[in-house]
Amino acid sequence: MKTLNKIPCGDTVTVTGIEGVGPVKRRIMDMGITKGSQVFVRKVAPLGDPVEITVKGYELTIRKEDAKKIQVG
Amino acid sequence: MGLKIALAGNPNSGKTTVFNALTGSTQYVGNWPGVTVEKKEGRLRGHKDVEIIDLPGIYSLSPYSLEEVIARNYLMEETPDAIINIVDASNIERNLYLTTQLLETGIPVVVALNMMDVVKRNGDTIHSSNLSAELGCPVVETSAAKGTGLSDLANAAMAAGQKADQAPLYLFSDTVERGITEIEQIAKDAVTDSRYNPRWLAIKLFENDEKVLENLRLPDRAAQAIRQIAESCEKEYDDDAESIVTTQRYDYITGIVGKHVVKNRKQKLTPSDKIDRVLTNRWLALPIFLLIMWGVYYVSIQSIGDMTIGWVETLIGEWIGGGVSTLLVNAGAAEWLHSLIIDGIIGGVGAVLVFVPQLMILFLFISILEDCGYMARVAFIMDRLFRKFGLSGKSFIPMLIGTGCSVPAIMASRTIENDKDRKMTIMLTPFIPCGAKLPVFALFVGAFFPTMAWVAPSMYLLGIVMVILSGVILKRTRPFRGDPAPFVMELPAYRFPRMKGVLIHMWERGKAFMIKAGTIIFVASGAIWFLQSFSWSLQMVDASESILASIGRVVAPIFIPLGFGNWQAAVASITGLLAKEVVVSTFGVLFGIAEASESDPTLLENIGQLFNPASGYAFMVFTLLAAPCFAAIGAMRREFNSWKWTLGTVAFQTGTAYVMALIAYQIGRLFL
Repeated sequence: MKTLNKIPCGDTVTVTGIEGVGPVKRRIMDMGITKGSQVFVRKVAPLGDPVEITVKGYELTIRKEDAKKIQVG
Repeated sequence: MGLKIALAGNPNSGKTTVFNALTGSTQYVGNWPGVTVEKKEGRLRGHKDVEIIDLPGIYSLSPYSLEEVIARNYLMEETPDAIINIVDASNIERNLYLTTQLLETGIPVVVALNMMDVVKRNGDTIHSSNLSAELGCPVVETSAAKGTGLSDLANAAMAAGQKADQAPLYLFSDTVERGITEIEQIAKDAVTDSRYNPRWLAIKLFENDEKVLENLRLPDRAAQAIRQIAESCEKEYDDDAESIVTTQRYDYITGIVGKHVVKNRKQKLTPSDKIDRVLTNRWLALPIFLLIMWGVYYVSIQSIGDMTIGWVETLIGEWIGGGVSTLLVNAGAAEWLHSLIIDGIIGGVGAVLVFVPQLMILFLFISILEDCGYMARVAFIMDRLFRKFGLSGKSFIPMLIGTGCSVPAIMASRTIENDKDRKMTIMLTPFIPCGAKLPVFALFVGAFFPTMAWVAPSMYLLGIVMVILSGVILKRTRPFRGDPAPFVMELPAYRFPRMKGVLIHMWERGKAFMIKAGTIIFVASGAIWFLQSFSWSLQMVDASESILASIGRVVAPIFIPLGFGNWQAAVASITGLLAKEVVVSTFGVLFGIAEASESDPTLLENIGQLFNPASGYAFMVFTLLAAPCFAAIGAMRREFNSWKWTLGTVAFQTGTAYVMALIAYQIGRLFL
């Protein structure tokens, strides 16, 4: 199972699921990272974390640790 | 008749600009009951009977974040007559997500498609009338920055306020809609609480919303029946009910946006993208960041800011102080009254007010950085480093400002969304040596270490080390333990800051500081003056025979292990609570030197006799880390919104100071 933290910059992937329950999952989904949405990995912060992604047409930053919960295909 | 209209929308949707435009100068800023989240209210321009309440900027109405719960409770319990939903039209998909939730509350909604100017500039088209038909509520195109569409918006909202209910929007899949209808039936019989809209309630029950369940206390049978319905849906979609609802909301939005929003396909990089390429570039980001921070620091604390300190000193000390002094003498005022007003109050409040222009310049820069979208990038760039110590990337700004003055630094912590990160930042920022502590360091370096260049910088180093060390340790204590909140943050498009918004922001912060200086400091300086000028028999005496001196003599033994168990050091530490540079003038007063500066030879000589190098260094360490001045404590109280946290923090800082000064003295004794 591939997760978002493993995707190199410049790639576009489709979200297939989000691991976990409750607040963390809801927060990630509230921001538009839902099953079936396209995510473009834009860049990595200068210190190697977090990453910047494009989803639903806007820019979002997420820590690799949280990106680990997002399964992609 | 009076109307109540709530303003709801995502952060960065231009909500504040709309609120300012709609209410003009009638706004009133307070706090939501029991929390530090700001609550703004105002009256609609030209309609005194229409009240506008600005809800916190939120992305969703989930039960998990403080701001979201506040907004939810307000909508459910106060039931405004209408909701104006500000939608950033240039980021329409994510913004409409909140809209779908607001439409469920049953309160009439008016959607303001804001930032239409940006949409047009990008070459996109939004068919707002189709969108309105689809959502079942009025949709008004606006551009708050340009001031267009706002009167249409106000009229639409007032018209909506007369309507009874918002028509429901059936956006879920057939299976889920069927489930919701069944739950609505069950809830109708089981729930007597009439404040909830039935469909909203049914959706919350389907989602298994903890806050709603807590309030309702459903009978077991009803709760079980509802869980069964939800579980059969969960099985079908292989996901939990809450996630099914979220996913289907976004699917619905993607559908209508696809139909009614035409994006300019040939679009190249937007100007915002180009700026971002440079500012968060892998190699350039850090140098540019440091350059911007240095620029802010240099202008507001050093060059211009430092100049203004001199101006205000002249203004307050010579003009106001001198003028009032002449007045009092001419009026034949008693000596004690003259002393109270000139030395106590004007001196004390003045010591704090000298920082006002410096603060205003700082606040101006912070507001600009926030408004143009760079502040979010600061968090992006610094997050990795700071989260190791339980802080957030945004903690860098307060720490930097802290080298100037802790008061604006503590106030700047407001930009940190996460509650734990913000509290930790407030607790640790005062460890960074502020400008007012420098004269104290200069005094002791002058007395004991005139040739050792490392001593003064070692204070900065120690301050930073203590921030890191405390962060690492506190992270493991109960209030800060637990799962870190997910760091999922929007990076808003860069935009040109609007002068008016920036100035309003700056003024609000500056005003808060001045009010504090005018109250807490006013009382505190009066009290300290009294203790320093009178003996227990209420005779005006020399400082060395005053009440404060006798308190100092009682307290002093506590400091024997730190090497400075003399009453003068104790008294100076107490008066230092007014403002840290007062420590220097207090030593001056106690040695009978008028108008002592930190380089005064007599003062240096006296200090040299009272302390030795090791105890002198320990005193510097203690001054660096112990409780900050009253103004900073007041700022902490305001930002924590809790005396318990404030006093706990002061105790933590003073305790840390004691331990570190003890270590410094005991080690110093061996080497110095």
